[in-house]
Amino acid sequence: MAKTAVTPAVRRPGKKRARTKMTLALFSMMLPGFIYLIINNYIPMAGLAIAFKRYDYSKGIWGSPWTGFSNFTYLFKTQDALNIIRNTVGYNIVFILLGNLFAVTIAIMLNNLRGTMNKKVYQTVILIPYLISMVVVSYIVFGFLSQENGFLNKLIVSMGGQPVSWYTTSKYWPLILVIVNLWKGFGYSSILYYATVIGIDSSLYEAATVDGANKWKQVWHVTLPGLRGTIITMVLLNLGRMFYTDFGLFYQVPMRSGLISSVTDTIDVFVYKGLTQLNDIGRSSAAGFLQSVLGFILVLTANFIVRKIDEDNALF
Amino acid sequence: MVSKNKTGQIVLNIIFILLTISVIAPFLLLISSSLSSESALAEFGYNFFPKDFTLDAYTYLFKSSMKITKGYGITILVTAVGTVCSVLMTTLFAYPLSRKELPCRYAFSFFVFFTMLFNGGLVPTYMMWTQTFHIKNTLLALILPGLLLNAFYIIMMRSFFTANIPDALLEAARIDGAGEYRILWEVVLPLSKPMMATISLMVGLGYWNDWMNSMYYITDENLYSIQAILNTIITNIQYLTSGQSSVTSGVDVSKLPSVSIRMAIAVIGVLPVLCIYPFFQKYFVKGIVVGGVKG
Repeated sequence: MAKTAVTPAVRRPGKKRARTKMTLALFSMMLPGFIYLIINNYIPMAGLAIAFKRYDYSKGIWGSPWTGFSNFTYLFKTQDALNIIRNTVGYNIVFILLGNLFAVTIAIMLNNLRGTMNKKVYQTVILIPYLISMVVVSYIVFGFLSQENGFLNKLIVSMGGQPVSWYTTSKYWPLILVIVNLWKGFGYSSILYYATVIGIDSSLYEAATVDGANKWKQVWHVTLPGLRGTIITMVLLNLGRMFYTDFGLFYQVPMRSGLISSVTDTIDVFVYKGLTQLNDIGRSSAAGFLQSVLGFILVLTANFIVRKIDEDNALF
Repeated sequence: MVSKNKTGQIVLNIIFILLTISVIAPFLLLISSSLSSESALAEFGYNFFPKDFTLDAYTYLFKSSMKITKGYGITILVTAVGTVCSVLMTTLFAYPLSRKELPCRYAFSFFVFFTMLFNGGLVPTYMMWTQTFHIKNTLLALILPGLLLNAFYIIMMRSFFTANIPDALLEAARIDGAGEYRILWEVVLPLSKPMMATISLMVGLGYWNDWMNSMYYITDENLYSIQAILNTIITNIQYLTSGQSSVTSGVDVSKLPSVSIRMAIAVIGVLPVLCIYPFFQKYFVKGIVVGGVKG
């Protein structure tokens, strides 16, 4: 309510009434969104308590009995917990490193390109994979990997090799998932970095040229420092999502194949399977709880660190 | 910084052409395979060029099964209603946040921002929507959970209003006796068309592509959207012919072109997006650039 202190102490009553009317109008505008956020976002936060309960459908979250940490001990008794955490964190680290490296490189190349028409075409095309749903992506991947009709197996056979059963062989999947993730996301992050690159003051390049810097030196001493803020922010955002994965990528693209789940199950997949297929709400909610809370702590930590190094790039 | 080096330019262009091909080729595989005959597919597999061109898969999809047409109907309805409601609610929430006169302005901004940092996750969300609000197997399940209001877009739009709508303009309208709703409608919105277009497209794309809400909350086949049908068929191709006899549909079920049909249905799901995208490309790019870094 600090704002009311700013207004002059002496006001005509008519003006005060107009002000109240305006405040009410503004509040009424916000009401639908406010209610929605309470329901969709805030009530489920309280519902995280389910991780400490023995869930009973007939009693609901609040009626079910408390069980302390038993869901968590149960979760960590099995190999699953370590496996899904390893997969989640492992894939994310690779995605963050490769994704950002790739995107920064493409953004810089795009910036060094001459001509407007070709630039526009490239920009338009690389964004296409970002627009389609993971279900469609899984069909495309199936087109390549299908056992009987897939493009790759036909190619292997035509060259005299043995067809590979892709959907049941786990050793290929880390690579496949990295490629699919890169394919779907590189356009988006490249465009993001490109927007920063074109914002870099051109006089800096001119000064570098005067100093005799060649293209590579200019990239190293002008472009990359100019991108530093955006890179930090992007990596920070990614790190904050370290315990979250693209559910579609890990659930749809491998076609829900059980035989390769040791390398494709992440926390999100585990939570979903526990909730709907295995009827294993205890472990599912415990894993979900860890995801939410650790994710929150991670975002705060990452932001705190960036704040220490370079306050301008902190998120909040 | 533009490279004057000619070979450098050629190399760069070659790299980008390769990238372009790597993006386009998978779509080509999808489309070509959907246009090939079953026997050609059995022999050559899914390929980048149609072999033995035929529209069998498509005629089958639309003739034999009302499911596709119905799925389109559901998707279009949900996308339209969802996008309109979402943009309306986002605007109505963002505009007051951009106003200095709003009491507890920072508390409200934090209320929005916090939802980006912390969330309850799937289990409590699912329990609440199904047990408290009973939206399972209703159209609301495709509209309400998660997609309706995104903190990101609220903050994006608030920043746009703060930066682009001069206070003097609002003050002038107020002196003329306009109420807040009229100011928003007649002064603010006409100045915000590019932002509205951007957010509408992003939200609309979100609804069009959504398959998760269907998977979580819909078991009734009558409410399957295109994405939900895609999701079902990938594991169960027989779904298309389930619940109807070959007599009533007039199509021989045993001749289901199951290999090409998988690709045809994916094409059907993605084609509308690919068709409209080039015309709205600049809004998508704008959405990414404005929203991507800081809200």
